[in-house]
Amino acid sequence: MSIWLLVHPTLAFLAAPLLPGIINRTKAYFAGRDGQPLLQTYFDLAKLFRKGAVYSRTTTWLFRAGPILSLGAALMAVVLMPLGELPTVWSFQGDFILLVYLLAVGRFFTVMAALDTGSSFEGMGASREMQFSMLAEPVLLVGLAALARGTGCLTLSDIAANISWQAWSQYGEGLILIVVALMAVFLVENARIPIDDPNTHLELTMIHEVMVLDHGGPDLAYILYGSALKLWTLSVLLVNIMIPIHTDLLLLNVVVSLLGVLCWAVVVGVIESTMARLALIRIPQFLVGAGALSVLALILIKK
Amino acid sequence: MSITSDGIVNGLPCIRNGQVVPIQDVPILAIAEFREAVISSVEAGARINALFAKPSQNNLFRIVAVLANDSMGTLSILFSEKIGDAYQSLTPECPQAHGFEREIAEQSRIIPQGHPWLKPIRFASTNGLEHPTKNPPIEQRALPGMTDYFQVQGEEVHEVGVGPVHAGIIEPGHFRFQCHGEHVFHLEISLGYQHRGIERALVGGPGKRTIHFMETLAGDTTIGHTTAYCEIVESLTECKVGVRAQILRSLALELERLANHVGDLGALASDVGFLPTASYCGRIRGDFLNMTAVLCGSRFGRSFMRPGGVQFDLEPRHITDLSNRLSKALHDAKTAIDLLWDSSSVMARFESTGTVTRTVCEDLGLVGLPARATGLPRDVRHAFPSGSYRFFHIPLCTWDTGDVFARAYVRWLEIQHSVQFVQELLKALPAGPVGTAVEVDSLAPNAIVVSLVEGWRGEICHVAITDPQGKFERYKIVDPSFHNWMGLALALRGQQISDFPLCNKSFNLSYCGHDL
Repeated sequence: MSIWLLVHPTLAFLAAPLLPGIINRTKAYFAGRDGQPLLQTYFDLAKLFRKGAVYSRTTTWLFRAGPILSLGAALMAVVLMPLGELPTVWSFQGDFILLVYLLAVGRFFTVMAALDTGSSFEGMGASREMQFSMLAEPVLLVGLAALARGTGCLTLSDIAANISWQAWSQYGEGLILIVVALMAVFLVENARIPIDDPNTHLELTMIHEVMVLDHGGPDLAYILYGSALKLWTLSVLLVNIMIPIHTDLLLLNVVVSLLGVLCWAVVVGVIESTMARLALIRIPQFLVGAGALSVLALILIKK
Repeated sequence: MSITSDGIVNGLPCIRNGQVVPIQDVPILAIAEFREAVISSVEAGARINALFAKPSQNNLFRIVAVLANDSMGTLSILFSEKIGDAYQSLTPECPQAHGFEREIAEQSRIIPQGHPWLKPIRFASTNGLEHPTKNPPIEQRALPGMTDYFQVQGEEVHEVGVGPVHAGIIEPGHFRFQCHGEHVFHLEISLGYQHRGIERALVGGPGKRTIHFMETLAGDTTIGHTTAYCEIVESLTECKVGVRAQILRSLALELERLANHVGDLGALASDVGFLPTASYCGRIRGDFLNMTAVLCGSRFGRSFMRPGGVQFDLEPRHITDLSNRLSKALHDAKTAIDLLWDSSSVMARFESTGTVTRTVCEDLGLVGLPARATGLPRDVRHAFPSGSYRFFHIPLCTWDTGDVFARAYVRWLEIQHSVQFVQELLKALPAGPVGTAVEVDSLAPNAIVVSLVEGWRGEICHVAITDPQGKFERYKIVDPSFHNWMGLALALRGQQISDFPLCNKSFNLSYCGHDL
């Protein structure tokens, strides 16, 4: 077992909270502000872990289990995801399907915890989350299937290793469609503008944020850390496709991919700064559009 | 509409904004005729500015109606005969009386029979009733928000209650939605959490505290409400305010409008998650507030207005300073706000959201911005000008779609015109005193006066009735929010519940201005 196996999980666990910081600083730049420190998410996590949590008497074990199980799912997703050529600790045929389901499991427990509170707001958020993820899940699955078809591989590691500049020249049009579709999934899964606004204080417009309103202290820290990890995992997936660097120097590959992830966070910040949110009623159309792209990619791509 | 040479509109004698009328000259009508006169005037195009009960002897009350005719620029005041505990409600025929009649029931224990929506409006008293001069013991008062809400029954219909404590730093108010999924059937707004009993406290005034009540009626409309109050006192004391003071007042009123409009456009942008405009407008709002601070040392215009004039003069160096700051702020605002109209993602959210039709607007008697956003030319600065608005004219801005976009765009139009207007005023500022002494202890006795001012939200109406000693027997305040909250409730019908914050912000009504 090579030491390289542990590089990506370690990097992800340490560096994931940096991504929200980069996005927020980019947004602050567009707004003409200095913005919060880059490391704010780390500070928040440190603060939350020192706090106690308050639990409503109407909630059950589900409410307490939700954040931990969601974090567990996000941790497993990180372990499954290769960074460029770095192999993963754990890989098997068809593991990309597990990735989709890990995201679904995390969401399921967040939603259950939200419903457990009995609050009408949280129920509303849960209903929205399920409606939109129902449409986003097939986009991700079909997009990954198209990648598998293109590369002829059934593990995420092999897929990442086999997407190369050569692949881009052979079926680049299909890859572009997949990238666009996965970007849409990225925005939905991570509750970013134009789908959701992570900074809003308006419960009635929230999707993801409203489901975690009742969590506090360490539970909220698990949620924040879990969403940073999810942000990282899906960013790495996109970077693996967009920047398929396969030089002989493994270290160079890793550094370029990492820089790619950080740049992607800047791009997300730019998207958030230049767009207003979609009306909720338009989000299904947005996702169905993304779904059409990934299905088209699946048809177009041939090995 | 019939107009005769001696100033009779629809058979009612007319007065001007700020004109003192001796009580004995006000027509007193039997309650049926009173009802008929109000309803037929409203049908002929008049609006109800204020409708309230004034205590008379032996626990009897007179209903007082103040009607405005925008096209003529005239007001009419009507008294009803003395009534005891009930009369036939005007609301079924004249929906704009709806809030006023609930208020009458609550304040004076007079039941408007046949009122379709007779619920407490401010939860200010026992059984939802409040005597204008007596404070009910606190344990006997109705609790705000405790009432029978309108309910929609059916499978999958559900209720969402928001407030009175909100996520943002705003005032308290309860919103009850009847929804089907994301679709809103009905929104009921229940206020009263901010009720301080100001009207009751003003009875027997004016006194030392009166001006401070006026300054804090609605904290963001300090200049608007103090202007209305000062004009009332000046009318009742026949005080002539100097031109310089009048111009400084208009200056302050427009600066208040500018700061709030810019802030609202920023808040609208932030509600749709459009960052650049949101952040810059927040800053530019501060620039306008700082200009008010140049006038009087307070960013919100506190202590600026006093009966007889203003408390602070503007030095010549401040005039140039203000003029430069204004040009710069307008330039910055244009850059930030034009981004809204140029972004398709923002326009997709603004257009066709929260539409109030012109008919609904006329029926409910909406005032100010939401009315102008449906194309109705309702602006006190035009129809009932007072102070320097009689000499300097400011264009009337309207848009006709009645949606969130219209309310946002009218704000932008008004920002541009207000800046131009203020620049004009700064150039025209004549020399002269800024204040004259006013004896607030010697108001004209047995008189009634109405003062209308176009605050940034819309028409502010103050009505004062003095007793034989020249003290306030009744002082009625109608904030524009009082007319317009129902407009917001109707704007939400058939909308997405997630669009509520956006619609709410596009009206941006005052809770404490409503609750008094």
